[in-house]
Amino acid sequence: MATATTAPPAAPGTGIFRRLSRSEHAVGWAFVSPAVLIIGIFGLLPILWSLLLSFQKSDLLTPQTPWVGLQNYKQIPGDATFRLAIEHTIIYTALFVPCTMLVGLVIAAALNRKVRGISIYRTAAYVTMAVSTINEALVFMWLFEPNFGVVNAGLNAVGLPQQQWLSDPNEALYVIVAMTVWGWTGFAVVIYLAALQGVPQDLQDAASIDGAKRFTIFRTITFPLLSPATLFLAVWLSINALQLFDEVYLTTRGGPLYSTTVVVYYLYDQAFQQFNAGYAAALAYVLFMVIIVITFIQFKVGNRFVHYNR
Amino acid sequence: MTTSASPTIPGRTAEPAPAEQTHEHRRFRLRRPSPWHLVLIPISFILLFPFYMMVVTSLQTEAQTRRFPPLLTPPTPQWSNYATALHAAPFVRFMVNSAVVALIIVVGNLVLCSIAGYAFARLRFAGRGLVFGLLMATLMVPFQVTMIPEFLIVKWLGVHVWDQLGIDHLGALVLPTLATAFGIFFLRQFFLTVPVELEEAARMDGTSRLGVLFKIVLPLSLPALSTVAAITFLDAWNSFLWPLIVINTESHMTLPLGLTTFQGSHDTHWELLMAGNVFSLVPMLLVFLIAQRYFVRSVAATGLKG
Repeated sequence: MATATTAPPAAPGTGIFRRLSRSEHAVGWAFVSPAVLIIGIFGLLPILWSLLLSFQKSDLLTPQTPWVGLQNYKQIPGDATFRLAIEHTIIYTALFVPCTMLVGLVIAAALNRKVRGISIYRTAAYVTMAVSTINEALVFMWLFEPNFGVVNAGLNAVGLPQQQWLSDPNEALYVIVAMTVWGWTGFAVVIYLAALQGVPQDLQDAASIDGAKRFTIFRTITFPLLSPATLFLAVWLSINALQLFDEVYLTTRGGPLYSTTVVVYYLYDQAFQQFNAGYAAALAYVLFMVIIVITFIQFKVGNRFVHYNR
Repeated sequence: MTTSASPTIPGRTAEPAPAEQTHEHRRFRLRRPSPWHLVLIPISFILLFPFYMMVVTSLQTEAQTRRFPPLLTPPTPQWSNYATALHAAPFVRFMVNSAVVALIIVVGNLVLCSIAGYAFARLRFAGRGLVFGLLMATLMVPFQVTMIPEFLIVKWLGVHVWDQLGIDHLGALVLPTLATAFGIFFLRQFFLTVPVELEEAARMDGTSRLGVLFKIVLPLSLPALSTVAAITFLDAWNSFLWPLIVINTESHMTLPLGLTTFQGSHDTHWELLMAGNVFSLVPMLLVFLIAQRYFVRSVAATGLKG
């Protein structure tokens, strides 16, 4: 009532709608509610539901989902396939993340200069960003094809024995590393090149006048100034590596002999092939915790050597 | 972001500056190109080689793909492979589905995230901090945690609300990412940097909140909007796991999923697989090459701030 008297007299209608549209609370909620509704239903609700599901038995079809307590979680340590999946995920991440960062840094450093046609070279490096995981997987399956593939032809040409690649349990995971490094090169180059262009030239010139060697300048001046980009890439690539799925599904379906079964592939298999959705939800929560812990450690360790140039 | 234009200026002005560019200097440059080409050419060659093999193989006969060592050129280009591939699977349909899904998601994000981001940046309403915090929390949670309940929710929506939103319909691909926490966060951060005085002047003149947003704030936010558009487009276009879970019918598949089923039925026909691969890659490649500046700037911007 008190607010009604303070309403400006210029307002022609003083109905409830008019008053609501003048209230920041109402306008604010009206503005955010469509987005909040969608993210609430498809982002927040599933987080809680998934937690509930991890204490239940569900096959995604029957509406009854009996409560099984901690059984799903207790099952995890004894699951030999899941242990393999963790092992493969760790090996994959440990190879993929540093390889992609190194490739990205070397190429970005090579691209960070004024040469004729540099924009063409840059486009050549960026263009893998346009390639979807299925495009990437299909072409690498062909390059690494055991009988007619060009990689085996290359080995043959230099007198090395041909390999079975994706059909060999000892090699398949490394082929997947190679294809994903190629697929992420464009992304890593963009990040490092943007960071390199932010490194002030005068610092490098000063060191150069003082007689420092090129590599010394890079190691002691440029690389430390790139550390925010390095930390970002380490975190971002690790999060994506721990969630590897597309390439495995497309090339090997976790085989041969489980050699490329990684955590998310196993999770998908449990939920949508074996219909153990409750167990899969428990696995997802374990993965979530692992990602949080690893990201936290990376930021803690990273902050010790990151220089923020502001 | 605002300084991104300046580094290109020296490169551009170097050419129309003939006063300093003596004849000798020119000859020197032509005769001795930078030694860096010797590094850059092999790098580009390695990175582009998979694309080259894709195209070459797509133009060979089946017999030619079964040679060892493989042929590195197509002896007589077999353009009919593309016709055969397009006949064997509805690639055009996949492409239309992908485009429709991606475009609706991009438009949805631009509109809904702008409005919500503006409210979070400028309006004071009860529960603002709590709601914003909850939305941001979803950014931390990997998709694998939410995908099983999301599948069940979509299934329920299809049965009880509208079948077009349910399993095996395009609506199920669109709705869950029609607004994203990333879009809201990114736009809110940008709106906070827009000078509030401009808006206040318009408010005095009686412009509504929505009018202020659409007439004043958004035109000043084109860099941020193009970033959100580029990132959501890439995500939507390349999405694989979610369509794999919810779509079964071929005519409702998007490109990545359609290409996967095509792969399943043409296992060893590498010339057809590569034709399908090239065909499905070309639209995104064109979009990327045309809008390369925006994609690169977007990735760099999200990367260095995120």
